[in-house]
Amino acid sequence: MQTETSTLEGGFALPVFDAQVIFRAIMDAMARPAVVTGVVPRAAPPAPLHPLAGAVACTLIDADTPVWLDQTLSDREALKAWLAFHTNARFTDAPAGAAFALVADPAAMPPLDQFAQGTQEYPDRSATLVLQIGSFEGGTPFTFHGPGIKGTASMAPLGLPGDFAGQWNENTRRFPRGVDLILIAGEAIACLPRSARLVKGKE
Amino acid sequence: MYVSVKGGEAAIDNAHRLLADRRRGDRSVPALTLDQITEQLALGVDRVMSEGSLYDRRLAALAIKQARGDLIEAIFLVRAYRTTLPRFGFAEPVDTGAMLVERRISACYKDLPGGQLLGPTFDYTHRLLDEELEVDARIEPGRMREGASEPVTRIVDILGGEGLIEEEPGTNGEEPGDINQTPLEFPLSRAMRLQSLARGDEGFLLALGYSTQRGYARSHPFAGEIRIGEVEIEVYLPELGFAVPVGRVQLTECQMVNQFKGSAKLPPQFTRGYGLVFGQSERKAMAMALCDRALRAEELGEDIVAPAQDQEFVISHCDNVQATGFVEHLKLPHYVDFQAELGLVRTMRAEFERANGVFQQAQAESAIEKKEAAE
Amino acid sequence: MTAHPQTSGYNFAYLDEQTKRMIRRAILKAIAIPGYQVPFASREMPMPYGWGTGGVQVTAAILGPRDVLKVIDQGADDTTNAVSIRKFFERVAGVETTTRTADATIIQTRHRIPEAPLREGQVLVYQVPIPEPLRFLEPRETETRKMHALEEYGLMHVKLYEDIARNGHIATTYAYPVKIEGRYVMDPSPTPKFDNPKMHMSEALQLFGAGREKRIYALPPYTDVVSLDFEDHPFEVQRFDRPCALCGAEQVYLDEVVLDDRGGRMFVCSDTDHCESRQAQGLRGELSGEAAQ
Repeated sequence: MQTETSTLEGGFALPVFDAQVIFRAIMDAMARPAVVTGVVPRAAPPAPLHPLAGAVACTLIDADTPVWLDQTLSDREALKAWLAFHTNARFTDAPAGAAFALVADPAAMPPLDQFAQGTQEYPDRSATLVLQIGSFEGGTPFTFHGPGIKGTASMAPLGLPGDFAGQWNENTRRFPRGVDLILIAGEAIACLPRSARLVKGKE
Repeated sequence: MYVSVKGGEAAIDNAHRLLADRRRGDRSVPALTLDQITEQLALGVDRVMSEGSLYDRRLAALAIKQARGDLIEAIFLVRAYRTTLPRFGFAEPVDTGAMLVERRISACYKDLPGGQLLGPTFDYTHRLLDEELEVDARIEPGRMREGASEPVTRIVDILGGEGLIEEEPGTNGEEPGDINQTPLEFPLSRAMRLQSLARGDEGFLLALGYSTQRGYARSHPFAGEIRIGEVEIEVYLPELGFAVPVGRVQLTECQMVNQFKGSAKLPPQFTRGYGLVFGQSERKAMAMALCDRALRAEELGEDIVAPAQDQEFVISHCDNVQATGFVEHLKLPHYVDFQAELGLVRTMRAEFERANGVFQQAQAESAIEKKEAAE
Repeated sequence: MTAHPQTSGYNFAYLDEQTKRMIRRAILKAIAIPGYQVPFASREMPMPYGWGTGGVQVTAAILGPRDVLKVIDQGADDTTNAVSIRKFFERVAGVETTTRTADATIIQTRHRIPEAPLREGQVLVYQVPIPEPLRFLEPRETETRKMHALEEYGLMHVKLYEDIARNGHIATTYAYPVKIEGRYVMDPSPTPKFDNPKMHMSEALQLFGAGREKRIYALPPYTDVVSLDFEDHPFEVQRFDRPCALCGAEQVYLDEVVLDDRGGRMFVCSDTDHCESRQAQGLRGELSGEAAQ
């Protein structure tokens, strides 16, 4: 049970150093797709934003990066006030206009292709989706290969959309366009950059 | 026994010490004060502020002193310092029409509302070295026109009132963008080009502007107006709901009026070239205006035939901090790459000599055969 | 290793937090799209453009107080620019620095990849002068961007083949273009092509920063990196026909040292840490102290 955090509290205690530690964790996770890494959140946002999602937001989001929140999150004014105060975030209602999407209920989120995909010339102008999943275990097992992965890497995230495999294969087919995912559960993160490909037959 | 070169650190420290020594020069000569630089080398200070993209005369003066008078080095110092400053926001567009002009001239009209105001200009000085300046001779205070602090109408607004000059292009309400925040993406909007030109190297823009006058993208320019003076900087505060003044800056603005024939859709109109820089720097503002006009070639349906019209060429190369860094980086060691080239050239020479040797041998043999055949 | 007190007055690692965030976002996109050059709003740094500002910005954005930093130029820790950049980070971040490749968590480099294989968890940061591999074939960014978008790399193959036709060799000896995961053609920075194979499937994360040209790109660990070549002219690295004169190492990149003006030459490891580690293990070359005596 998480207590309601006031707008001013719950940000990084040491903004410079906390942001660096969280960034390195994200960077390492992005460079080693589908590898689950333990991370201490260092932030305490109002529920239902996950502390690690709050930490990722404080690390990467600012006034230059429009943010889209899913229904579960955008219903909470206190949460939006917290994000605005700690990150200077500007919110957008359009998934395609967001640089970051914070998603508390990934199973109900719009399909991946509704978010900014970047262009063939500028594939970097694409969304990074921060997904609060239930767990890295107990869900449908997926096996990935691609850059950053020695051989293959597997995980069984709980709480992704039902047709995630199909959506992710489409995301792979759009390469170099596409979205990148930061998955969060408990005190751990794992990333799925668009370069991570599902191994066929193990979807 | 061979010992490789060591002691880079000591060498660097010693170089810095020697630099500091040479910077100070003869200790019996009084050290320059920053006030002396801001007051007496003011145009150098203005150039450093302008191309350094930071309006602070004292810091610019410090940079000039630290750079031993090398203005590009001083500009670099100011830019590097600027990187460390937090960004608080952005100002409202300045209104140069409300400028309190110290100088304002037009080459288009003999007389006009507000008049021609020469101000502190070199223009009609005879360039004779003034030996009186060798000593600190007493200088009479300058005389200013009474009531000169009234805003004066801009010439382009007078022309615009008659519809004789195009509407200011690129001001249709879209956000101008910010070259500090956004990586350049070609083709650039005019606003982004103007930002780049404003901090561009005076010499580079001068040469390009000059090239347009000599026929490399001629634009028939008239110096519609040059004005120098102070304008108010205002910042919009959302908490208050209105903009508040935060200070004043001195600017030089050049509005170039250029010929344009018109088209099937548009009646004949003059076109614009625009220059705006910090401080007093007419040469830079005029050169910028010529370059701006040349870079509008595509928008105005003109053929792109000259370097000054090529925005990738002009904008990618106008920044003197970038240019000096990359030209001077050739001083850094490149011996790993040179070794790679050396290896290839040696291999290719060996192959060449082998092939040539074979060829010469073949020639020699064929000569012998011919000789034998002849005998 | 040496620890250093941070000089106050500047933010940790010099850059302000907003700039770091902007660079960090670019790094993440670069990792997600290996070999693609991500534009970023590069800042003026207190060293000149062309002298490693891209690498310095990348290092500043990832560096933390627990990192151990190594800086090399031409493979050596004691070249003047490496010394200068190392001192910069000692001053503005107070981080521990080292010359030992194995001890470093972050290695910033210009023109070389260390000889010893890098391991997981290490980050190699390259200083890049011209990130665009197609730039010398097509000077316009608008054009080269299209070529990457359309995967139109024919011009590069034509250039390399013209080399072969004219010289009998591909005349590119450094900054030799590579293809990443079968998609993007990438400039490996002006490392000698000798180092290209080390990029392939490296265990370390490789980040590339071009400050003046405002681009960041990346190779995650275990990424497929292929040097462009032709069936009848396969890619080959430089070979030296003698070992290092100081440590006797073979299959390493050597610097040619001119000893006198009568043609005297010696060849020594360009990677000074590699050479010193071998000498510390008692390995000797023909001109090292003991061998010469």
